[in-house]
Amino acid sequence: MTYIPISPKERDAMLKTIGVKSLDDLFEAIPAKHRFPQLDLPPALTEMEAAAELADIANSNENIRGDLVSFLGAGMYNHYIPSVIDHMLRRGEFYTAYTPYQPEISQGTLQAIFEYQSLMTALTGMELSNASHYDGATAAAEAVNLAYAQFRGKRKKVVISPTVHPQYRAVIRTYTQGMELELSGDDGNADLDTKPEELAGMIDDNTSLVIVQYPDFFGRIFDYTKLIETAHSKGALVCVVANPTALALLKTPGEMGADVVVGEGQPLGLPLWYGGPSLGFFTTRKQFVHKMAGRLVGETMDSRGQRSYVLTLTAREQHIKRERATSNICSNQGLLALGSAIYMSVLGKTGMRQVAELCYQKAHYAADQLSQIDGMGLCFSDPFFHEFALCVNRPVEEVNAHLLEHGILGGYDLGQDYPALKDHMLIAVTEMNSKEEIDQLAEVLAEVSHG
Amino acid sequence: MNTPANLKYTKSDEWFDPATGKMGLTDYAQNQLSDIVFVEILVEAGDAVEPGKAIASVESVKASAETYAAASGKVAEVNKALSDKPETLNTDPYGDGWMVKVDGGDFGDAMDAAGYEAYCAGRAH
Repeated sequence: MTYIPISPKERDAMLKTIGVKSLDDLFEAIPAKHRFPQLDLPPALTEMEAAAELADIANSNENIRGDLVSFLGAGMYNHYIPSVIDHMLRRGEFYTAYTPYQPEISQGTLQAIFEYQSLMTALTGMELSNASHYDGATAAAEAVNLAYAQFRGKRKKVVISPTVHPQYRAVIRTYTQGMELELSGDDGNADLDTKPEELAGMIDDNTSLVIVQYPDFFGRIFDYTKLIETAHSKGALVCVVANPTALALLKTPGEMGADVVVGEGQPLGLPLWYGGPSLGFFTTRKQFVHKMAGRLVGETMDSRGQRSYVLTLTAREQHIKRERATSNICSNQGLLALGSAIYMSVLGKTGMRQVAELCYQKAHYAADQLSQIDGMGLCFSDPFFHEFALCVNRPVEEVNAHLLEHGILGGYDLGQDYPALKDHMLIAVTEMNSKEEIDQLAEVLAEVSHG
Repeated sequence: MNTPANLKYTKSDEWFDPATGKMGLTDYAQNQLSDIVFVEILVEAGDAVEPGKAIASVESVKASAETYAAASGKVAEVNKALSDKPETLNTDPYGDGWMVKVDGGDFGDAMDAAGYEAYCAGRAH
């Protein structure tokens, strides 16, 4: 966008037009002492000095690209990122692209989103994907909005499994404030060892949506087919929060009959950064397209009969439907959606399955090694994917401090969210962790156990 | 513009048939909305409706609108076929495009065909 400077003459003309004497008059409402605060800034640096200082600050971080070995997951995962992704994303045509409202100048961006949507539906086993959301947690909250709108606000209950990511559940609660919904199923006393079928008893005629996670927050794999059948028999919809890496290997939520499948797209070729920006994927069935939040790209023909892409069914979105829209989200995470589409294309079906298999096998090797340590053990006996809850029998904080001394970023402290899982950590293992790293983790944990 | 003489009309572009109790969206309205791609009936049999209450939500390729009841009464039937064929609202607004049928419909001060035609002519731009 062009920067348009303003001359004193033009400024005076504008002030005169609106009937104001000086620019200061426009800021009258702000007390004078707050208008131009004195900033306590250090003297200006040259570019070379600034670069050196910033590099210095950056170097005080310990990162997992060399400094630390990571076994931390809990929603964001350390995967290999093919270099082609960054090269593609940095192309100016994509990097600075804005909302593709004008199809005549936005075919590249629109096609990229269309490809992303197509890949996401294939991965989840669903019929339809939107152009993405800002992260997995908000995508899950949008599923609540969809169900709310589907029943026109008449069904007031949402059943959430306690093994849905705690932060997702918190975001859903924030999102739904004021909607007078009853969110149940995940209170602090919920038995974490129960099977998904137990949730079925909570589903009634007032339930709009049931939310489960796959694999669940503890990495466990359950087949939700029966639960979904039960929910449907009560007229309720089911949202599955899924890990996209796992979907390359496991039965898809679509095959289980899910109505909405959402999740965090970060594992698909996006860095961990500091927890964001991120990518939320949202897929559903065609019958819910008009209740779905967010942007949607469709394929069509232009006036010359050529294949082309446009934003479609926009009348359901807030900028047209206003307060009657399902959601106030009209935006998407375009650049990162493209990044994930490139990741899926580069790896392909075989490559993605290979990544998932490596994660699965390495995590199982790790679980096997770690559960043999005296005083430690696996918390659950259910099948799991690439993450598992390990009882360490002492404060996780202490254990992690010790691991850090050995250059290892330990697991997520489950006691923060689940009082019953005090002294338990959630260990994530991906294709990035070598056998040597896993063996070293086991060694250091054994030291902790004996020390 | 098609404006059957036997119907009553509202300023928000709905029609009501006193003989059958059916109501829907006028030909003028469907023409303004252009291609209608989605319709959701917002009431069910047994619900009470009155002028000003939304009975349906309509989306076209370029706009979204609510359709309000053109008369008060108790909903006897809703046109369930519409959601699968929303384009019926474009092709047959006064026939298969009916939305809701009420018992004991009272249309109050709704306009007659001539009044509605004059009203529409007045807002042509």
